[in-house]
Amino acid sequence: MLRFLLNDTLVESDELSPDLTVLSYLRDYQGLCGTKEGCGSGDCGACTAVVVSLVNDKLCYRSINTCIAFVGSLHGCQLLTVEHLASPGKLHPAQQAMVDCHGSQCGFCTPGIVMSIFALTKNHTRPAAASGQRDVIDQALGGNLCRCTGYRPIVDAARMALDACCSSSYRDTFSAEAAATIAQLKSLQSDDSTAHGAFYRPRSIAAVCELRAQYPDASILAGGTDLALLVTQRHRKLKQIISLQHVEELNYCTERDAHWCIGAAYPLADFQQHFEAQCVDIGALLKRFGSTQVRNRGTVGGNIANASPIGDLPPLLIALRAQLVLQSSVEQRVIAIEDYFIDYRKTVLRADEILVEIRIPQSSLPAAADGPIVKIYKISKRLDDDISAALAVFQLTMKGAEVSSLSAAFGGMAAVPKRAVALEQVLTGKPLDEAVLALADAALEADFKPISDARASEWYRLQVCKNLLRRLAVEVNDSRTATRVIDYVG
Amino acid sequence: MSGDSRAQDSAVKHVTGAAVYVDDISRTSDQKYVAIGGSSIACGQIESIDLTDVLASEGVTDIVTVDDIPGHCDIGPVFPGDPLMTSGAVDFMGQAIFAVLADTADNARRAVLSANISYHEETPLLDIQTAIENKIYVRPPHRMQRGNAQDALPDAQHRLAGVMTVGGQEHFYLEGQVAIARCDEDGGVHVQSSNQNPTEAQKLVAEVLAIPMNAVVIETRRMGGGFGGKETHANASCCFAALFAVRNRCTVVCRLSRRDDMIMTGKRHNFQNRYEAGYKSTGEIEALCFELAGQCGSSPDLSDAIVDRAMFHSDNAYYLPNVQIDGLRCKSNTVSNTAFRGFGGPQGMIAMETVIDEIAFSLNLDPLDVRKRNFYGETSRDVTPYHQQITDFNVPAIVDQLEIDSDYRRRREAIIAFNKSSAILKKGIALTPVKFGISFTATHLNQGGALLHLYSDGTLHLNHGGTEMGQGLFIKVAQIVSAELGLAVERIKVSATRTDKVPNTSPTAASSGTDINGMAALRAARELKQRLLSHVTETFDCAESSVQLSAAGVVLNNKVVQTWSELAHSAYMARVPLSATGYYKTPEIYYDRDNARGKPFLYYANGAAVSEVIIDTLTGESKILRADILHDVGQSINPAIDIGQIEGGYIQGVGWLTNEELVWDAGGRLLTDGPATYKIPAISDVPEQFNVALLADSPNAADTVMRSKAVGEPPLMLAISVWSAIRQAVAAATDSVAFPQLNAPATPEEILRCLSALKSR
Ligand SMILES: Cc1cc2nc3c(=O)[nH]c(=O)nc-3n(C[C@H](O)[C@H](O)[C@H](O)COP(=O)(O)OP(=O)(O)OC[C@H]3O[C@@H](n4cnc5c(N)ncnc54)[C@H](O)[C@@H]3O)c2cc1C
Ligand code: FES
Ligand code: FES
Repeated sequence: MLRFLLNDTLVESDELSPDLTVLSYLRDYQGLCGTKEGCGSGDCGACTAVVVSLVNDKLCYRSINTCIAFVGSLHGCQLLTVEHLASPGKLHPAQQAMVDCHGSQCGFCTPGIVMSIFALTKNHTRPAAASGQRDVIDQALGGNLCRCTGYRPIVDAARMALDACCSSSYRDTFSAEAAATIAQLKSLQSDDSTAHGAFYRPRSIAAVCELRAQYPDASILAGGTDLALLVTQRHRKLKQIISLQHVEELNYCTERDAHWCIGAAYPLADFQQHFEAQCVDIGALLKRFGSTQVRNRGTVGGNIANASPIGDLPPLLIALRAQLVLQSSVEQRVIAIEDYFIDYRKTVLRADEILVEIRIPQSSLPAAADGPIVKIYKISKRLDDDISAALAVFQLTMKGAEVSSLSAAFGGMAAVPKRAVALEQVLTGKPLDEAVLALADAALEADFKPISDARASEWYRLQVCKNLLRRLAVEVNDSRTATRVIDYVG
Repeated sequence: MSGDSRAQDSAVKHVTGAAVYVDDISRTSDQKYVAIGGSSIACGQIESIDLTDVLASEGVTDIVTVDDIPGHCDIGPVFPGDPLMTSGAVDFMGQAIFAVLADTADNARRAVLSANISYHEETPLLDIQTAIENKIYVRPPHRMQRGNAQDALPDAQHRLAGVMTVGGQEHFYLEGQVAIARCDEDGGVHVQSSNQNPTEAQKLVAEVLAIPMNAVVIETRRMGGGFGGKETHANASCCFAALFAVRNRCTVVCRLSRRDDMIMTGKRHNFQNRYEAGYKSTGEIEALCFELAGQCGSSPDLSDAIVDRAMFHSDNAYYLPNVQIDGLRCKSNTVSNTAFRGFGGPQGMIAMETVIDEIAFSLNLDPLDVRKRNFYGETSRDVTPYHQQITDFNVPAIVDQLEIDSDYRRRREAIIAFNKSSAILKKGIALTPVKFGISFTATHLNQGGALLHLYSDGTLHLNHGGTEMGQGLFIKVAQIVSAELGLAVERIKVSATRTDKVPNTSPTAASSGTDINGMAALRAARELKQRLLSHVTETFDCAESSVQLSAAGVVLNNKVVQTWSELAHSAYMARVPLSATGYYKTPEIYYDRDNARGKPFLYYANGAAVSEVIIDTLTGESKILRADILHDVGQSINPAIDIGQIEGGYIQGVGWLTNEELVWDAGGRLLTDGPATYKIPAISDVPEQFNVALLADSPNAADTVMRSKAVGEPPLMLAISVWSAIRQAVAAATDSVAFPQLNAPATPEEILRCLSALKSR
C-alpha cells in the first residue's frame, strides 16, 4: 500500500503503476493542474513541488522536480503543491512577493518558482538582507527557468519573501500546524507495508538483494533523477521498481577507519552540506551539480552507478582515491573507484550486486591535518544546472615549488571518467612552470581522446583541459591572481 | 488609470496555480491524445510507410497520413511550402509523416516509435555558404540602396571587410505547443490553442478540413510564452487536433513533447553577414555594403519579411550616405525558421554594430565616439537606406544620458587599468543603442479590432484581437479602456481572444499588440462613452461639459449623481446600445518593395544599454558584471509591465548571444533537442547590478495610443552590448593584435577559439 499526504488529504493506493510520475499523478489523476510540465526531464523547474518528510522528528521541506519523481517515492511523506499554499483569502508570502514584484509574465514558470521560494523560506531562517542573499537565492532557484522576466523581479520577490518569513513574529500556516503534520507523518511511518503493486520499498540491504534475485529485470531506484528519464524521455515502461529510499542502511555519512563512509543512497544535498566544510571546491562543485531539486532527490550512489562519462562525482572520487563497496546476497567486495568503470556506461557491477558504500580517505581532503590541495574545475556553458563539458579534479601536495604527489581525474574526456596517468607522471616531482606544462599538454593528449558533441568540440575539451593546468599552476603558485570569473565580484 | 504599475491581469492566478493553460482545461472522459510521427532523415524521398505496428500499439485508436486530409495539405502562412504531412519528399528531419491518436499522451508517443518507414536518402543541404554558392533560396534575393556604395568604397580613406556568423535561437517558451479541439453538431470545430495568431489558425483549420471559416472558432486565453514561436508554428497542432476531433467526434489534445517541439518547430534564423565599409579617419562611415544571408530552413514561412527586417535594421541608429544591402533567403534541410522577437532585426543590427566596433578598433577610438559620430542627424543625415525620413530621433539624447548615468567613461578607464594588471581575467565594456521600427512591414496587418459590452450592472466585458502571452497586453488594454471610460479596472473583465468575437485579426507580433488593439479598444470605449454621455445629459438635462465619468460613477458639477450600476441600468432602460466595436488601422505607412522605398514604420522605439563583462582567457567562460539600460517607451501605460519587457528582452538577447547554441550533426539531426543540452539563461546569469530606467517625459511624437511606444521586441537588441563588451575583453587579452572575429553566440568555446586564433597570429 502506498500512503502519503497530498496537501492535507491522505492518499492510499495499491493501484498506481510503479513508473507513474508525481507530475502525471497530480495532473492526470488528481486534476491538480497548477503544477506545470515544461520539459519532463528535470531541467526547467515548472513542475516543482515540495516534499515534507520527518527528519529527527522535525519537518524537512525539500523542493523536487515532480516530472522525474515516481509517485512511490512519496510514501510516508507529505506533498505540498502550489494550490495548497495560500490560506483562505491570504496568499503565502512567497506568492504575495511574486505578485508585488511583478515576478510573473506568462506565468507558466510561476507555480514552480513559487514553490522553490517557499522551500527557501522554510530552509533559510536569516533575513535576506543579513545573509549572502544572491547566492542563497540563486541556489534555491537555479533549477527554475523563466523565459519571460529575466529573473530580476524573481530575485526581488525571493528577497521580499525571505524578509517576510524571517521576521520573528511571523509563522506561516505550515509552521503553525507543524505539530499536527508531524503526528500525521508519524502515523504514516508506522505503516509496515513494503510495496504498492510492483513498486518495492525494502528496508534493508538484505531485502534489496533478495528482491534483486527474485526480479532480475527490476530497476533499482535511488533518487530517480536519471532513471526516470527512461520513462519520460524514452517512453520506456518500468515493470518493477526496487526503491532504495527506505533503506536506512544506505543513507548515512560517517567516520570510520580514517575514511568518510557514505551510504550509496545518501542524497547529494546532504553530501553538499557535509563536504563543503571539508573542501571549498567540493562545495562549489556541488552548488553547480544540477539544481536544488536534483540534489534533493539525486544520490551519491546513483551518480556513480549510472556510469555516465560526464557525471561530476566520479572524477572527484577518483582523484580522492575513493573506494566502493559492492554487495550481493552472497558476498561483499571493495574496489578502487577507478577500477569500477570499464567502458561507455559499462561497469564491473554484477547483475546481482548493488553499490552500498563509498569510502573517501580523510587524508585526501584539505580539511585534514597536512591535507592536500584539492582543485576542482567544472566547465559548462551555463553556470546553473548544466552538465559538464569537461571536469578536472586535482589532488596534490607540494614540496616547495615542486609537486610531490598528484592524483588527477577528468570527466567528459573519455568514454568513462578517468585518471590522467600520464599527466600525473609528468608533473610529479616537477615545478608547475611553463616548461613542465608544455610536457603536461602532451601527456594530456596521451591520456585523452575526447569527442565532439552538443556540449563542446573535441578541440575545446582538450584545449580547455590544457588551460586548466595553467589555472592550477597559477592557483597553486600565486594565490593573489584572480582566476575564476564565477567568483569574481567587483 | 494609465501610468499605473498594475500587476499582470492574471498575477494572482499565476502564483496560486489557478491560471488555466490549454493543457489544464479539465479533462473529459472521451478525450484523446495526438502524437506526430516525423521523418528520421533530413533530405530524400519516402519509399514506403508501414504503420501496422503503430496501429497495433497499446491505446491507439486512429492514424492519419496525407491521404486523410479532406482539404488543403499545405499550411504555409504566406507562401506554400509547409505541408501538414508529407508522403513524398522529405525536407528536414522530424518533418511530419503521420499522426496517431491514443487514449493517453504516453501511449500516443510510444506508438509513434514503432513506425516502419523507408527512405531514399539524399545529401542534406545544411549551411548558408553552400546555399549561396548554388543560389538555393526559398525566396528571391532583395536589395535596398541609397547613394552608390560600390562607387564610394574605392574612394574612401579607410576600408575594411569581414564576415560573421550569428546563431539561431530556440524560443523555449515554457509552455510548449498545444491545442485542444472539440467538434460541434454542424461538423465544425472549436479549438483552444496556445497561439499568437488565432485568425490564421482559423483559416488553416478550415482549409485543411475543407469547411468554411465560420465553422471554426479559435480561442486563446493565454500562452505560457510565445516570443514569435506561436505565430505560425502553433497552427499545425491546431490542424492535427481539429482533424482528429472531427474524424472521431471526440475531444482531442495535441501537445508536443519538449523534444518534439524543439525538433519540429522553427527557430530564430541564423545568419551569415558580410560587410565592406569605407570610412574617414574620424570614424565617419562613407559607404557600406552588406550581404545578409538568413538560413530559412525548408520553406519560406515568414522568411521574406524576416530577412527584410534584418535589412531594415542593418543601419541601426546610423546614417549611411552610400549604402547597399542585399538580403538572401537561403534554403536548408532543417526545420523552417520563423518569427522570434525582433523578427530578423537583431541579426541585421548586430552586423552594423560589428562594423562600428571594427572601425573604432582600426582607428584606436572609443567605440562610443564612433557610434556618436555616425548617428542619424535631426535635420540632415536623416534618411534611411529604404528612404524613410527619420524624425524625432532621440537616440543621441538617450546615449548621452546613459553615458553619464552609467559612468561609462570612468569605468572604461578603470577597465583598461584592470586589464593591465589582471593576467587571466579580462574585462570589457560597451554601450550600444537600439533603434527599432514599429509597424508590420506587410502593411495590411496593421489593423486591430475590439469589442466592448457594458452590462446593466455597470461591469464591462473587454475583448480584442490581441493575444496574451505574458507581455501584459490584457492589463494594458484594460487600463486604456478604464482611463477613457472612467470605469475602474476592477470592473473590467478581460477575456480570451476568440475569432468569433473579433474577426480577421492580425497576429500579436511585431510589438504591435498594444498599438493596434489598444487603439481599437480606445475607440470602442470612446464611442460607448459618447452614448453614455448623451444619455446622462438627457437624464439630468445638463450640458455635456458639466458631466464626467469617473470610477465612482457619473459626476455632475463635482458631485456623484449616479453609480456605474445605476448609470448602466438607466441607459439600458432607455434603450441605449451598450455594446461597441472599435477598429484601428495604422495611418501614414506604405512601402513600395519593388523599389525598396517608403515609410514602412510609423515610428521607432529606441534605447541603449551599457554592459560590463569579465572573461576567463583560459576557459572562455564569461559573466556580466553590470548592466545599465535606458529605454524609451514613450508615455508608459504601465511602467512595471514595460520594465518587465525590457529586462526580459535583454536577458533573452543575452541568451541568444552567449550560451544558447543550436547544434546539428552532419546528417541534419538537431543535437540540442532539450533543455539538458540547450541552455537558456538561468538566474545566476542576471548581473548583480542591473539598472533599468524608462526615458522620462518622452511622449511618442507619433499619434499612438496614449502616446506610448511599443516595447515587446526592441529591448532584446540591447543585449548586443554584452556581445560587444566580450569582444572588447578578447581584444584586451590579445594586445589588440587584430580585430577579434567573434561569432555569435559567444559560448565559452567560441571565446576561447577567438582568443586562440588571435594568439597564434
Ligand atoms: C536536470 C538534471 C541535472 C543534472 N545535473 C547533473 C550534474 O550537474 N552533474 C551530474 O553528475 N549529474 C547530473 N545529473 C544526473 C543525475 O542527477 C545524477 O547522476 C544523480 O546523481 C543520479 O542519482 P539518482 O539517485 O537520482 O540515480 P537514479 O536515477 O535513481 O539511478 C541512476 C542509475 O543508477 C542505478 N543505481 C542507483 N543507485 C544504485 C545502487 N546503489 N546500486 C546499483 N545501482 C544503482 C539505477 O538503477 C539507475 O540505473 C542531472 C540530472 C538532471 C535530471
Ligand atoms: S517539467 Fe521541467 S523540470 Fe519538470
Ligand atoms: S513568466 Fe513566462 S516563463 Fe517565467
